[in-house]
Amino acid sequence: MLYREAGQFKTTYGDDQAIFPIRQDRLGMALILLIAYVALPLFATDYFITSIMIPFLIYALAAIGLNLLTGYCGQVSLGTGGFMAVGAYAAYNFTIRMPELNLIVVFILAGGCAAMVGVVFGIPSLRIKGFYLAVATLAAQFFLDWAFARIKWFTNYTPSGSVAAPPLDIFGFAINTPDRRYFLILAIVTVMALAAKNLVRGRVGRSWMAIRDMDIAAEIIGIRPLRAKLSAFAVSSFYAGVAGALWAFLHLGAWEPLAFDINRSFILLFMVIIGGLGSILGCFLGAAFILMVPLALNQIPTALGIPLSTAMISHAEFMIFGAMIVFFLIVEPHGLARLWALGKEKLRLWPFPH
Amino acid sequence: MTSAGGRRIGDVLLKVEDISLSFGGVRALTGVSFDIRAHEIRAIIGPNGAGKSSMLNVINGFYHPQQGKIIFKDIARTDIGPYDAASRGIARTFQNIALFRGMSTLDNIMTGRLLKMKENLFWQALYWGRAKKEEMEHRAVVERIIDFLEIQSIRKVPVGRLPYGLQKRVELGRALAMEPELLLLDEPMAGMNVEEKEDMCRFILDVNDEFGTTIALIEHDMGVVMDISDRVVVLDYGKKIADGTPDEVRGNQAVIDAYLGVKH
Ligand SMILES: Nc1ncnc2c1ncn2[C@@H]1O[C@H](COP(=O)(O)OP(=O)(O)O)[C@@H](O)[C@H]1O
Ligand SMILES: [Mg+2]
Repeated sequence: MLYREAGQFKTTYGDDQAIFPIRQDRLGMALILLIAYVALPLFATDYFITSIMIPFLIYALAAIGLNLLTGYCGQVSLGTGGFMAVGAYAAYNFTIRMPELNLIVVFILAGGCAAMVGVVFGIPSLRIKGFYLAVATLAAQFFLDWAFARIKWFTNYTPSGSVAAPPLDIFGFAINTPDRRYFLILAIVTVMALAAKNLVRGRVGRSWMAIRDMDIAAEIIGIRPLRAKLSAFAVSSFYAGVAGALWAFLHLGAWEPLAFDINRSFILLFMVIIGGLGSILGCFLGAAFILMVPLALNQIPTALGIPLSTAMISHAEFMIFGAMIVFFLIVEPHGLARLWALGKEKLRLWPFPH
Repeated sequence: MTSAGGRRIGDVLLKVEDISLSFGGVRALTGVSFDIRAHEIRAIIGPNGAGKSSMLNVINGFYHPQQGKIIFKDIARTDIGPYDAASRGIARTFQNIALFRGMSTLDNIMTGRLLKMKENLFWQALYWGRAKKEEMEHRAVVERIIDFLEIQSIRKVPVGRLPYGLQKRVELGRALAMEPELLLLDEPMAGMNVEEKEDMCRFILDVNDEFGTTIALIEHDMGVVMDISDRVVVLDYGKKIADGTPDEVRGNQAVIDAYLGVKH
């Protein structure tokens, strides 16, 4: 089937504003959802679900959070790991202190706590930009790491500082198998990704992008930088917080503060840059890419009969990420998502090059 | 008072009184006073560095004068912020285009509607019901502006990729989307060819005519100024040196000297 929009007429502005105005894209999306919701749970191994799909989805969710802030609103952040930690420890404390709370409510509250912390650490963005803001958010990361390691109340005074999620259930339905955990995460990520897409194509998203592109002009058309920036910090941290809670409860099960250290923040920033700043699709592409590289480095050379040592793989990983980031920052700041869009553009004109 | 097109020139909409503004030692404006009447096209002219752009920046709250008063719609202020100015109906374009380069033409013009859009984050995340309805209503307004400016074909193009003349047009579109009472245009025709200038003149006259928008215009092309403005104020070295109809200003000796570069 050709990738064309010929014969597909948009009759309302609503059609034109749709997320997937072209029918082939809608079919593609339906297919992806079908695979995610039906085929994978039926056919994929538990290993694939727990070690690949679950981290992939949670990373994508956290990357959406970071992308809203950095890609859409232009505020660089190195504190995503810290905001995830807030979500994780908030969820933990809500469940042990109020065991009757529904798990969904716990996740929402965890996101809410992270949003509040995000707003506090976002206040410097009203005065400083770029590199200096990155350093300020780095301070947030270190402060939060420190707080969760040192303030024993957060970890309920467990001697080792490591905590475990209690047995989870949702509406009386135990979340105790890989498939069930996967479904819960998939549903949350689907809803939140859609919500993010809705935000960025409406008023809020435009005010973020206006601040990103030219804050002076934004002010002159009546955008209040304070509101726009802090709302971006709040929404972004909400996403990170929910992702952190999912990571802790449904991926790790038991964790210590190190699970959300600065490396988490960097990995997420890499995902956003490689996937594409200012693209929701890019968050998924970036997360997939970063998770695939180590797998590919493991599998491909082995298949070719030249297995690499573990140390070699981790070195190669960083070299590839580094090269990709330099490439994308210099050549294509909109990342894989942009390459994908360009590919589609070409396909639309094919076979006529002009 | 009635001008050529039959528009009714109204009462004073904006009055600046004794405005002085300096940057460190540089005096950009010294004791400047003038007024702008509702529905008129008021030109501000003067040599480079005369303080014209600074004057617009003072009016829309971007620069804060050390001295003087700005009276807009009968409310006097010394110091306003850009947000106040925008929400009270002052829009502007810039001498150096200030578009949101990462966004499409459509999105850029839609940003002009932001002050009028009220739905909260929650409804927008759902993009359903009220939020969607609001979005569609504003989209319809923006589409009328796009038709008016004849830029339908570049609706979805990122503005960074547009040629200069079109960018100026999109910037006008964004200002118009605010449905301002007072529109400040800073050299809207600078760097354009004759044809583009004619289009831009037509848009300015049409906006003024159809919507009754009051316009303050900075322009260097004397032909254009004489043709479309009702009254002209002339600045030189931050001071007002003349004020009146195009004919009065044209014959003014101080103006001729300023433009011919007579030593002060
Ligand atoms: N932000 C600023 N900082 C310092 N000086 C400024 C600033 N804006 C304007 N000026 C100075 O004020 C004077 C008037 O500038 P401007 O209003 O841009 O003139 P015009 O628009 O008439 O060419 C110039 O000397 C200019 O250098
Ligand atoms: Mg100027």
